[in-house]
Amino acid sequence: MGAMEAKATTTAARHRQLGLSDQDVLEMYYYIALARGLDERMWALQRAGKAMFVISGPGHEGCQVAAMWPMDRARDWFVPFYRSIAACLVKGMTPTDILLGLFARATDPSSGGRQMPGHYGHPRVKILSTSSPVGTQYPHAVGIAYAAKLRQTGEVTMTAIGDGGTSQGDVHEAMNWAGIYRLPVLFVVENNGYAISVPLHKQVAGGSIAARAAGYGFPGVVADGSDVLECYRVAKEAYNRAKRGEGPTLLEFTVPRLGSHSSDDQQERYRTKDEIEADRARDPLRVFGAYLEGIGLLTAQRRAEIAARVRREIDEATDAAERAPDPEPASAARYVFFEEG
Amino acid sequence: MAELRYIDAINQAHHEEFARDERVVILGEDVGRKGGVFGATAGLLEKYGEGRVIDAPLAESSIAGVAIGMAANGLRPIAEFQFADFIHPAFNQIVSEAARLRYRSNNAFGCPVVFRAPWGGSHGTALYHSQSIEAFYAHVPGLKVVAPSTPADAKGLLKAAVRDPDPVLFLEHKRMYRLVKGEVPDGDHLVPIGPSVVRRPGRDLSLFAYGWMLHEALQAAATVSAEGIDVEVVDVRTLAPLDRETVLRSVAKTNRALIVYEDNRFGGYGAELAALIAEEAFYDLDAPVIRLAGPDVPGIPFAKPLEEWFSIDRTKIAEAIRRLAAL
Repeated sequence: MGAMEAKATTTAARHRQLGLSDQDVLEMYYYIALARGLDERMWALQRAGKAMFVISGPGHEGCQVAAMWPMDRARDWFVPFYRSIAACLVKGMTPTDILLGLFARATDPSSGGRQMPGHYGHPRVKILSTSSPVGTQYPHAVGIAYAAKLRQTGEVTMTAIGDGGTSQGDVHEAMNWAGIYRLPVLFVVENNGYAISVPLHKQVAGGSIAARAAGYGFPGVVADGSDVLECYRVAKEAYNRAKRGEGPTLLEFTVPRLGSHSSDDQQERYRTKDEIEADRARDPLRVFGAYLEGIGLLTAQRRAEIAARVRREIDEATDAAERAPDPEPASAARYVFFEEG
Repeated sequence: MAELRYIDAINQAHHEEFARDERVVILGEDVGRKGGVFGATAGLLEKYGEGRVIDAPLAESSIAGVAIGMAANGLRPIAEFQFADFIHPAFNQIVSEAARLRYRSNNAFGCPVVFRAPWGGSHGTALYHSQSIEAFYAHVPGLKVVAPSTPADAKGLLKAAVRDPDPVLFLEHKRMYRLVKGEVPDGDHLVPIGPSVVRRPGRDLSLFAYGWMLHEALQAAATVSAEGIDVEVVDVRTLAPLDRETVLRSVAKTNRALIVYEDNRFGGYGAELAALIAEEAFYDLDAPVIRLAGPDVPGIPFAKPLEEWFSIDRTKIAEAIRRLAAL
């Protein structure tokens, strides 16, 4: 056995030891690549003047795909935030769904073109509608989880937020509730080190966000968001705890921030070149790709196949979303309240 | 038909809705073992258990926010705020989330939550147990705001609110809890959200009020009636969406309008009524629209002489009626 093969065997065991098949990890890689491709397409469309605004999460895709992977995509709930593209794709939204929102089309499933892009929601795949104030979604996830427990539906709820959002009172209040009632909820924090331009040390003094969980009486775990399999491992454990009725878990994923806050922000104005460059080395697409390549799973041919599939799906979605009609102006008066029929 | 106190009518509405629909739950501070600080939820915990009668952590934003999530996942929550004065931390959840959820999701999600709050001034309740909050919330599309002034309406409107597919802010004037009694129809008594009601027909001027002010207004109307002034008193029991027709019909009949509210005068709910009448009934008017409202100071002070200086009562209302009738 050569050195390369020995390495492949050892690392190959890693995903299989976690109960993931080769097909699983290739599919996970596909979703990370799809989310990244969509992200790049959205920025290109915005820069080309075809979209008003983009907010996305390059660098966040690995932990999102990993954390969503153990979830029952039809049965469980997801309460997203505006960087949750990859998580929403795994949960069941399509690239067309995402781009219909970018173009604010009438058939945008999230809001019918009423909200800014990135405000995901989808009743059929149980993704609750998102707003712009950060932190408000955490208590919603707790309420959904409370209802699931009371009605004994077996549903698990996952919600997500960034590091800046964890400073909100709602986040504290929600985790306090969830701890008291031992609710089946996963609190994901995607920590990219910045709240727009404000660095983490001006949001958190206690060492980590996950450390706060101790005060709420449930586990808090930190995982490297570039290490997709480690993210999956801790998420799976949290999911199983929730399923067993043992209550919530706080999952803090430290992720690289590969882009600016939004299309209205330039991170080069408050981050050094070196720091931005160092983040690139932690790109989960690159790191996970290297793992799969190292174990011989992601061959050059497979990589090309996945890239072609991603490109085709995004091209088709772009065409479909661009062709979709705008909302009728007078429809803006509808659905303030429930309407019969 | 039974004579009930306002608080008992509210308590009865809870019991009936809990029995009717197992999706109905209540969450709030002290709603369980204590049965609410005013007793609105007395007896629920014993009958329906801790799963549906939830002593929430002392954190108003999450009381609203958790209720919104519960509603998204099939429950019909009632969120109780101990005093309307303490609902402010939940403003973001109620206004940004509950009121906008249906609209922002293009009808994909609804938000059937009742937000209950004891509001208004009583004796010795001072700056932080007496606030009028209705103007903040009546301003918000997507949110219904009701303020019943009789036990029958309190019961009927609360039951209607619980069954409503949209969020309802249900305001209970705390001065009425034990002071106001009234006949409440037996059976499944429902009062639709929306219509205002004429409590006292009259010819000379229209007086619009809600909550405790309605009772002070009726007393004042009785007083001036002996002096030959015939006042029509309209109970604006749903503040939003407003029943414009009943308001305008009354003004068309009496040609004079007096609006009474205990909130601060500036930008209060009565300003919207005044604007409506000025815009839509200008040619019906024989005199300017008059508002009688609380002074523009930051709250009702505690000491009795200060409280009386602030408070709108039957004497002040009777004076305003005489003034308007003479114009």
